[in-house]
Amino acid sequence: MFQGWAYASPTAALVLVFFVVPIVLVIVMSGSDWMLLGGNKGTNFPENYTAVLEHRSFWPAVGFTVKYTVIATVLLIGLGLGLAMVVQESSRWRAFLRTAFLLPTALGLASASLLFYALYSPQVGPVSPLLERLGLSDGDVTILGTPDGALWATVVLIVWRYAGFYMLLLLVGLQGIPGDVYEAARIDGAKTWQIFTRITLPLLRPSLALSTIMCVTGSLLAFDQFYILTKGGPDGSTMTLVQLVYNLAFESKRDLGMAAALSVIVLLALVVVNIFQLRAMRATDQD
Amino acid sequence: MRSVTRGLSRTPYYVLTGGLAILMLYPLIWTTISSVSPQAGSAQVDGFGLGNYATLANYQAGVGTYLRNSLVISLVAVVVTLVASTLGGYAFARFSFPGKDALFLLTLSILMVPYATLLIPLMIWLKNIGLSNSLVGVGIVLAVFQLPFAMFMMRISFEAIPKEIEEAALVDGCGTFGALRRILLFAVKPGLITVGLFAFLAAWNDFMVPLFLLGGDNQPLPLALVNLRQQVMGVIDYGATQAGVVVLTVPCVILFLVLQRHYVNGFMSGALKG
Repeated sequence: MFQGWAYASPTAALVLVFFVVPIVLVIVMSGSDWMLLGGNKGTNFPENYTAVLEHRSFWPAVGFTVKYTVIATVLLIGLGLGLAMVVQESSRWRAFLRTAFLLPTALGLASASLLFYALYSPQVGPVSPLLERLGLSDGDVTILGTPDGALWATVVLIVWRYAGFYMLLLLVGLQGIPGDVYEAARIDGAKTWQIFTRITLPLLRPSLALSTIMCVTGSLLAFDQFYILTKGGPDGSTMTLVQLVYNLAFESKRDLGMAAALSVIVLLALVVVNIFQLRAMRATDQD
Repeated sequence: MRSVTRGLSRTPYYVLTGGLAILMLYPLIWTTISSVSPQAGSAQVDGFGLGNYATLANYQAGVGTYLRNSLVISLVAVVVTLVASTLGGYAFARFSFPGKDALFLLTLSILMVPYATLLIPLMIWLKNIGLSNSLVGVGIVLAVFQLPFAMFMMRISFEAIPKEIEEAALVDGCGTFGALRRILLFAVKPGLITVGLFAFLAAWNDFMVPLFLLGGDNQPLPLALVNLRQQVMGVIDYGATQAGVVVLTVPCVILFLVLQRHYVNGFMSGALKG
């Protein structure tokens, strides 16, 4: 028993000092008058929370974060599944494809964002001239210069960076479906589409659920890609919730109390969303 | 004849998948070539060469300093992750002690908490424990964010070892630590490589944690690169940025290609058990 604790003690110490203490502190901070430069000036609960909820950027940030999450999740899960089915069987060509699709996942999100920032730039990147030639832009505005352009440019970056990751997660699920199930269906005369909707999708549900939860969680907390590509612009149109936390702490208000309050709100929202997702998953499992 | 027609009917498949592969590889190839190509507004104006890398080498404290910072942070993160998750994984797999389940759940719950929620208080807390603007502090914080995956991975690695192997060692007079050091460590080596690889990639590439916790000459390379892009008075040196992306990416791509099997296994175990 003492040995067990002895081996677990480094973990316990790390979790206590770098996880539990900060969580307690962020809750205290969220109820305190705590400026970036002034330090702690005593409790003011619930003023930080009401100030955050009444901040003019709060609801637009909620709306944009949810919109981005829906788009990113639908595209990533759809494309991930498509790619997984393409590389499912094993052959040399498919092994090459897997490596090619997975390679972007080895890059950091920050490096990938910088890479795409150059790719989208009108001065050096190939994307602007291409869009112009296709008649999709008239060359007066840059790709990141309009709200829609900035959103979709970021989505393309995220799809490039993460599609291989979701391909791999779903590939594991696909390979877990026994081959004789497919064979039995084919003998019964099922068509390809029927096999996909009646066999593949239902049997893939655990993997799809896991991928969806990971994708929703990651997208709701989006920060690096928007910080580097758009800085929340143009005109605050791509401001996500976590960017707003950073903005309140370091840029607009320099108010750590408000930033702490918003980050507690984000944490609670995330917990609620995940409980809801796990419930939904369990409910469909019982069908 | 039949194989020819079959080959022909497969052509669209190869064109389509090959096109997809090129699309995925294109950004990486483009950056690498652009970083040594002539571009207006960069240090490499005519002819191919390493002008952009020279700009990068001389930027503020020099790329060497930022690379060294990235290396220190990554090293601390990898060592702390490996030590904590090896000992912890062993404890969770082989011992029963009060609070075991609670501690394991608490460790996994780190996954549920946004970076930002921890980084705001960590800015204050690290100052109180003498780790303000510290590479070691950031390395430890990144290791803690890596703990849920690492602990899970090491726990299932230890659980997969047959108990008899360990019992034989214990009978031979090894303590539990002797058994761990002399025998079990070799049995969980694939798990250790996977955990170490993921900890390195996460720490090497992380941007948000240093953005909140580090500044000045202590910036790691990703943060320094983002600031380089912004500090040149509105004019962006894309050449130097591309060179920086290449410097950041090359180690990751090499590690990925060499350790691809371990990389894939890491995702697999998470997906199967999750």
